[in-house]
Amino acid sequence: MTTVAAKSAKSGVKPSTMAQALTRAMRDAMAEDPTVHVMGEDVGTLGGVFRITDGLAKEFGEDRCTDTPLAEAGILGAAVGMAMYGLRPVVEMQFDAFAYPAFEQLISHVAKMRNRTRGAMPLPITIRVPYGGGIGGVEHHCDSSEAYYVATPGLTVVTPATVEDAYGLLRASIASDDPVVFLEPKRLYWSKADWRPEAPTPVPGIGKALVRRAGTSATLITYGPSLPVCLEAAEAARQEGWELEVVDLRSLVPFDENTVVESVRRTGRAVVVHEAGGFGGPGAEIAARVTERCFHHLEAPVLRVTGFDIPYPPPMLEKHHLPGVDRILDAVARLQWEN
Amino acid sequence: MTVQELPGAGASHRSTPPAWRPRTDAAPLLPDPEPYRVLGTEAADGLDPELMRRCYAELVRGRRYNAQATALTKQGRLAVYPSTVGQEACEIAAALVLEDQDWLFPSYRDTLAAVARGLDPVQALTLLRGDWHTGYDPREHRIAPLSTPLATQLPHAVGLAHAARLRGDDVVALAMVGDGGTSEGDFHEALNFAAVWQAPVVFLVQNNGFAISVPLAKQTAAPTLAHKAVGYGMPGRLVDGNDIAAMHEVLSEAVRRARSGGGPTLIEAVTYRMEAHTNADDATRYRGDAEVEAWKAHDPIDLLERELTARGIIDEAAIRSARDEAETMAAALREGMNADPVVDPMDLFAHVYAEQTDRLREQAAMLRAELEAEDQA
Repeated sequence: MTTVAAKSAKSGVKPSTMAQALTRAMRDAMAEDPTVHVMGEDVGTLGGVFRITDGLAKEFGEDRCTDTPLAEAGILGAAVGMAMYGLRPVVEMQFDAFAYPAFEQLISHVAKMRNRTRGAMPLPITIRVPYGGGIGGVEHHCDSSEAYYVATPGLTVVTPATVEDAYGLLRASIASDDPVVFLEPKRLYWSKADWRPEAPTPVPGIGKALVRRAGTSATLITYGPSLPVCLEAAEAARQEGWELEVVDLRSLVPFDENTVVESVRRTGRAVVVHEAGGFGGPGAEIAARVTERCFHHLEAPVLRVTGFDIPYPPPMLEKHHLPGVDRILDAVARLQWEN
Repeated sequence: MTVQELPGAGASHRSTPPAWRPRTDAAPLLPDPEPYRVLGTEAADGLDPELMRRCYAELVRGRRYNAQATALTKQGRLAVYPSTVGQEACEIAAALVLEDQDWLFPSYRDTLAAVARGLDPVQALTLLRGDWHTGYDPREHRIAPLSTPLATQLPHAVGLAHAARLRGDDVVALAMVGDGGTSEGDFHEALNFAAVWQAPVVFLVQNNGFAISVPLAKQTAAPTLAHKAVGYGMPGRLVDGNDIAAMHEVLSEAVRRARSGGGPTLIEAVTYRMEAHTNADDATRYRGDAEVEAWKAHDPIDLLERELTARGIIDEAAIRSARDEAETMAAALREGMNADPVVDPMDLFAHVYAEQTDRLREQAAMLRAELEAEDQA
């Protein structure tokens, strides 16, 4: 990922940030489909606190990109009604922890409406949630809230880790007839790649994991903000003589079990890495499923490197909490190499 | 330099800077001091006989529907039924004031409104029978699924009405909620969004006195629930919820106002839940007979029947015909509910996502295998 800028200079293409790719995804979706409406707090005139909706109100008008009152349940509840009428709302929740007031709407209505009505009234709503830490944010700005969403049947839960996926997966989410919680790793907003908005690189759709780095010694299973950390760890691991495979889940629900299982059966060892706490986090389910399906191929128990089971720390302490390269390498070292 | 020493200090400290001004004049938004009434007042001189005959027949049918649904709970045909005995005027008027393209957003207590709008009673009662969560296609009938979580259907009504307005469609959304529901955050958020967006929505609060066991005095300190409208910048109307002529008039005005771009209205209908919260509740634990008796004397059917009989708008034959019609409906409902509903366990997995996930396919296969094993045993 760090070599992208150098490559771009050579190819003459200006690198794009993940933030720009996300903006472009909404812009293109709005241009193609008049039923796509963006709404949320500060998304209009300001372009969002992270500027992800920059320029949309100007290009499409405030009826298509709307500054709402400051009330998340109201925003999502109104989006439900808009979707009932045939619109395709894209809702921005300003921060991970600010999405909690909308939980009743999300869990009792958004996730259940298709099932409740036997398929008669699906809700094509995309809920964008900037999530995760590593940006020095104060309390309530850095939660990894994915476990709440993946535990709610009816929701699709997607999280990009690359610029290409930011565009491709957001387009796929907006096009989905099911509600999608689109988790944006906010510390990757400013990550860059050689990516051309006028010719976006096609990417596999929702529900497909990708092997980001091939390896033979062990598999790191990760997603979102932890992907660059895992790639860095894999690079560092070469000095120890380990060739680590890195799988980027991209979508937590549906979970691409087959890609993960195939990789672990090949390598025989696995570590799941995410920022969310370990107890009841997505890694718990992934580790359990890998164990069930790869038991006879495993050389060691499946380990997890996750955030601690604590409230998110204040900025001056977050470096101790977040899974880092060293902690990942320590886990890899514990995968029973001697035997 | 201190603030006091700044140029101009002292000259304007008695008033807020001129950028501030009240957004709306509150006076025209205030509700009447007493619930608005038509029946038994001079306003009844202007009653539309045709409409009132229809209202009467619907009220009688509605009362019979309530009795039949409660009977079905005793026979084990319904899991639970929240009765609207005493509140039929609100339920019927809400259904009658809407045009075909308009939308109704009922709470779990409002199956009667859905039935009065034309929904098959068996479909309306599917949730309460328990064979599925919603028994009808909401888009086909323009009736949102009955909402069990309190007040959460109100922002849906706002969003739908807003979407219709953005598309230039002539659609009004009427959202129903109870007095207890007005304490929920979603009530507040929905009213606020509706007013800011000037969405074509009518909010109908049926103040039936109780949220299960909790009386209104423990629910709010507002002068009336209708007064809450003023805080959002929309008109609040206070109306006698047992007077169907008044209900029809006030709701029609609000619907007209919404349709013509005038924005939302909050209506508080003062009524009374004559029966317990549901068949599973015991109302004697929290209220006395005297109160119930007082409301019995203000029964919505009696009020209308007295007025219409005195004015010669209905006669004995019309009353009998309304009752016969209600019996026919009740018989059909009994018959519909006595048939065992067909449930397919595989439906559990069919509608969770547009495309079934691998995981759900696996779980569906497991259940299918269990069922097949049961069949063979």
